[in-house]
Amino acid sequence: MNVNGQPVESVVAPRLLLVHYLRDVLGLTGTHVGCDTSNCGACTCLVDGESVKSCTLLAVQADGADVTTIEGMASADGELHPLQQGFWDEHGLQCGYCTPGMIMAAADLVERHGPGPISEEDVRRGIEGNLCRCTGYHNIVKAIRAAADKMSEVPA
Amino acid sequence: MTTIQEQPTKHVGQSLRRKEDPRLVTGRAKYVDDIVVHGMLHMAVVRSPEAHARIVSIDASGALALPGIKAVYTGEDLSDLLAPLPMAWAPPGVEVKGPDRWPLARGEVCHVGDAVAMVVGDDKHVVADAAQCVVVEYEPLPVVVDVEEALKDEILVHESLGTNTTHHWTMGGGDVDAAIAEADVVVERRIVNHRTAGAPIEPRGVIAEYRAGSLTVWSSTQVPHLLRLFYAVQMGISEDRVRVVAPEVGGGFGGKLQITAEETLCAWASKRLDRPVKWIETRSENMAVSHHGRDQVDYVRMAAKADGTITAFHANIIQDVGAYFGLLTPMIPELGALVMTGCYKIPNVRTDITGVLTNKYITDAIRGAGRPEMTHMLEVTIDQLASELGMDPIELRHKNFIAPGDFPYETPYGITYDSGNYATTLDRALEMLDMDALRAEQASLREQGILRGVGFSTYTEICGLAPSRAVGPKGFGLGIGLYESALVRVHPTGSVTVFTGASPHGQGHETGFAQIVADRLGTDPSVVEVIHGDTATGPMGLGTYGSRSLSIGGVAAAHAAEKLAEKCKAIVAFNLEASVDDIEVIAGKFALAGDPDQGMTLAEVAGCAYIDASAMPEGMELGLEQTLIYDPSNFVFPFGAHVCVVDIDAATGKVDVVRWIAVDDCGPAINPMLIDGQVHGGVAHGIGQALYEQVVYDDRGQLVTGTFMDYALPTAGEIPSFETDRTETPSPSNSLGVKGIGEAGTIAATPAIVNAVVDALRHEGVSYVDMPLTPLRVWQALEEARGRGDGPRASEQGVALPDQGEGSAGSGPTTPEGGAA
Repeated sequence: MNVNGQPVESVVAPRLLLVHYLRDVLGLTGTHVGCDTSNCGACTCLVDGESVKSCTLLAVQADGADVTTIEGMASADGELHPLQQGFWDEHGLQCGYCTPGMIMAAADLVERHGPGPISEEDVRRGIEGNLCRCTGYHNIVKAIRAAADKMSEVPA
Repeated sequence: MTTIQEQPTKHVGQSLRRKEDPRLVTGRAKYVDDIVVHGMLHMAVVRSPEAHARIVSIDASGALALPGIKAVYTGEDLSDLLAPLPMAWAPPGVEVKGPDRWPLARGEVCHVGDAVAMVVGDDKHVVADAAQCVVVEYEPLPVVVDVEEALKDEILVHESLGTNTTHHWTMGGGDVDAAIAEADVVVERRIVNHRTAGAPIEPRGVIAEYRAGSLTVWSSTQVPHLLRLFYAVQMGISEDRVRVVAPEVGGGFGGKLQITAEETLCAWASKRLDRPVKWIETRSENMAVSHHGRDQVDYVRMAAKADGTITAFHANIIQDVGAYFGLLTPMIPELGALVMTGCYKIPNVRTDITGVLTNKYITDAIRGAGRPEMTHMLEVTIDQLASELGMDPIELRHKNFIAPGDFPYETPYGITYDSGNYATTLDRALEMLDMDALRAEQASLREQGILRGVGFSTYTEICGLAPSRAVGPKGFGLGIGLYESALVRVHPTGSVTVFTGASPHGQGHETGFAQIVADRLGTDPSVVEVIHGDTATGPMGLGTYGSRSLSIGGVAAAHAAEKLAEKCKAIVAFNLEASVDDIEVIAGKFALAGDPDQGMTLAEVAGCAYIDASAMPEGMELGLEQTLIYDPSNFVFPFGAHVCVVDIDAATGKVDVVRWIAVDDCGPAINPMLIDGQVHGGVAHGIGQALYEQVVYDDRGQLVTGTFMDYALPTAGEIPSFETDRTETPSPSNSLGVKGIGEAGTIAATPAIVNAVVDALRHEGVSYVDMPLTPLRVWQALEEARGRGDGPRASEQGVALPDQGEGSAGSGPTTPEGGAA
């Protein structure tokens, strides 16, 4: 598969989850594990552009896929992705554990929404699959809306 | 009392973006599970599926046959431990009967999830498989789950204690019984504060490496120094050879304010096997064996005169401690009792507390720890009294507020409130609300089948947990004093490292403390690095909990920086041949007050202190660093007014929070953005408890809410946007005037919601409903009030509805409707 634009190839046990492949084999520990039941969304990453809870997928199921993790969001010269910048600017994180998954879920949400402002309601509904215990979601919603505005301004 | 010092502030008070965030938003932070130690083994724990049973036999042969499994250990193997897991806070002068809690069960299990054996091996997946292959034979024993059943002692959790009652404690002031006898109105209610989970999104994790007589441990903990101390006590390793690191910690909420079995197990196994050992908690384990919170049945009485003057408040608290004690378990309700009078002048108060064992997991400190429970019963009862008196609940609060001129105010408990201005926060909240508009909306929405209600909560709480003399062994009985430390070190280039004994897990200390120190040293927060959570780097610390970090640890850092600034001024005065009294911090320099062009930057001062001794005054110690331990004279008492507006669907009973107004006062703001963030998260935690979350055990002690499938943490869809504002009333207890804000939102939240729901339903004849306010419970209350309930569902007295489990403690035998979000 390609992970963050780099081709990777491994022989893995059939039962290995994608999240464990990313973390334990590739060392990409920005993708977190927060539950056993695919409720928390801390492990969310993009598989072929769609947000996926990487604990629900076997590594072998992602064979040949393009996978993007939080480590692949900033540009090569270190410039933050507008969502990363938005979370920083709007205090959209506290302990930071849910943050990578939240940002990856938001990336898919904003992409699916397309250009133009995104409503509070749409953001709240769009991130219902990701749990945060610290922020009360208020600043996460602000961060995603601010980032979506910025992403609309600058065509990718 | 200390006077508030005017500081040349530049960064303090600003909403600086957090220094922590770049590593967090890029996935480069390092939590325990992200750490790999060479040669590391993995551990899994075999846990009891029985709530109460004797262990007949343990057969590990199947586990040991799997590839790479190094060992399986049971309670007998750990007989060399010098002490059981600690309980460090018992009420002063009170006999407390607590069972020993060992890291692995010794012959008997007392709750589902009790650890029976540990499996250690090369691969984490095989170790998890192996734990399933350990065959344990149990002889089941009778189980008691409901706390009021347990009080009867018909079934004992620990036979050897002869009772389930662990302790009684009464504290009070004035004469409650006389005041009640003389009162015009007395309101009595039974209020259940149900069991909840802390549920940080990062579960716990530990890596222990015992190597050549030294122990290094990485743990997702709020209290690294306490853990180091306990390792020394329990394993007999000299404290200087123990290092505990709390790396990035993914939320705590009190759940990581604990000395845990798994921390011992990893260290013990590492010593035995001479290999590092790692354990990462699964979410299912987190729900079962990371301590729970709340779980009280409270019988309250409030007495008043006909004009609304409150004359007495009494609470009889039955605390479900679970099967054992945790670190602070017996003290949790007591912590709330200290602010039993809330914002009000109530001359006669008494708290009677009974601790009771059940076959459930331990309860201990979860965000607010006793204060949410006490504030809930007080603020809910105030509204019940208002209704009884036919009085506006806002007017009733105003009538009984302690006035601004009454501070410092000594409560009937002998606690001295530092400062407050309660009416101002409430008035500001009302201004933001627009009550007339709200009542008009309420009327028009009713026609559409939507019941709108508004509820208030005006709270004050006790935090800044210190002072050592007050809380320590000869005060409230904690096994250690609660001070805090700081070490501020200016490097030769002028950059600064601050070591704090506080141990954050999301709060933003690295930013807030940097702001405080930077202002005092005339430098920029971007060159002030705050190091925390490592016992090998800074002085002794006490950790982060009880909203204490800023008002104790932040003040320690401020004082250390101020002492350094004095030294800097002396160095500058020497070099400018000026009087030290004329040197001030001006525009990022130590400069002459009358001629600010003449001055030196911190880097230039550091150059003198480290590089050119001839530029130092004769006899002055070289270098530029300061260690300081700060122990305040009093607690701090933040306060505020919260308003909740709910809409209830009359057809289904579903409650939606549509507005939340929070006006809080935690003294002068260091970083307003961080304060708002704490309020948002704190209120969301309270909304979770009030509407959705509940740890549920069935009548055989099986945990029903064992995963996030069944335990309903609120999502972004259930939480409203928040409308926040602040007032700033400085505390005279410390030189920054600051209080605490980490728990305030949670403390304020639940009664505002219950009061709002009752406000929405009162015209239907519903006068009280207990939490959690699930659609089923609210709908049943409505049905009963409309005469369609079957049988006497006496919600009038606050008795739990029969369908929620008779006499239930909220976490007793109940339906798993906490998952009905």
